[in-house]
Amino acid sequence: MSVIFGNFIEDLPRNTEFLLLGFSPGSLPIKQRWRNNGLSADFLADYMTTFFPGESAYKHADIKSTVSYIANELLENAMKYSDESETKPISLGLHLFDDKFIFVATNPVAQTKVPAFQDYIKEILESDTYELYVQRLEANSESDTHTQSGLGYLTMINDYNASLGWKFEDLADNSAIAIVSTMVQVSL
Amino acid sequence: MSNLAMSEVKGEDYRVWYDPSASTINCEGSLRLGGSEEYAPIVQLLEGAIASPPITLVLNLTELEFLNSSGINMLSKFVIKARQKDGVKITVRGSETIPWQSKSLKNLQRLMPSLVLEIV
Repeated sequence: MSVIFGNFIEDLPRNTEFLLLGFSPGSLPIKQRWRNNGLSADFLADYMTTFFPGESAYKHADIKSTVSYIANELLENAMKYSDESETKPISLGLHLFDDKFIFVATNPVAQTKVPAFQDYIKEILESDTYELYVQRLEANSESDTHTQSGLGYLTMINDYNASLGWKFEDLADNSAIAIVSTMVQVSL
Repeated sequence: MSNLAMSEVKGEDYRVWYDPSASTINCEGSLRLGGSEEYAPIVQLLEGAIASPPITLVLNLTELEFLNSSGINMLSKFVIKARQKDGVKITVRGSETIPWQSKSLKNLQRLMPSLVLEIV
């Protein structure tokens, strides 16, 4: 069974440029893996500038900055949400279209964490995201208990005009784990 | 003069340091630490700088190439703290050649309307 929230395109066409990076969480401690988030994000960003040969240096810097920020956030989230003992892989795909980039991050998440995650997604989709951002910041400043602040999604929407969507899929063989795919679309 | 316990925090890809003579905190490199616990030493440095108001503190970010959302969160919380303190003024200096700064730093001004944002 699968559930979709927000702006999520299933079966993306694969006749355009795309890169897909895969990570197996069991093979390295998360601390060492963390450094890889930045390396991977910067690689994706650098790679994509190749496809904008005639653009100005500022446009290149802008593309790099946007891809690097969003890719890094998606990887950080995927690593944080994935269970430490989980062996299902994490992947990050970046697809280039004429008018936009589409990022898809896929990672396992414990079924026990799914309801709170989906509630937060609904809140994002139904709220004024800037108001929600300020609310969460002010709430965070009172206590530091929210290590997973959820600010990443809000900065993508508010600062990068990104459109977000999620797909949750249940696994037949292991009901304790669901697979979540997060899609981020940014106009060029 | 108070003896600052720590006036510099640095890692593989970044350096943050306080220059009391210029009332300036300089941040450079790429900051992508893994959440509020890892940002705590930088928070200490920031909060130490505004411990004895009055002060006009400059946050110089013109060499900060990258900041993740946990880092934006950290800066935002600092600005909220600064707003609550009498006699603390903040100037944030960014660079127009680093695109994330024009996109994200304006939010700091929304949190603290008296904050001066200079993108040069």
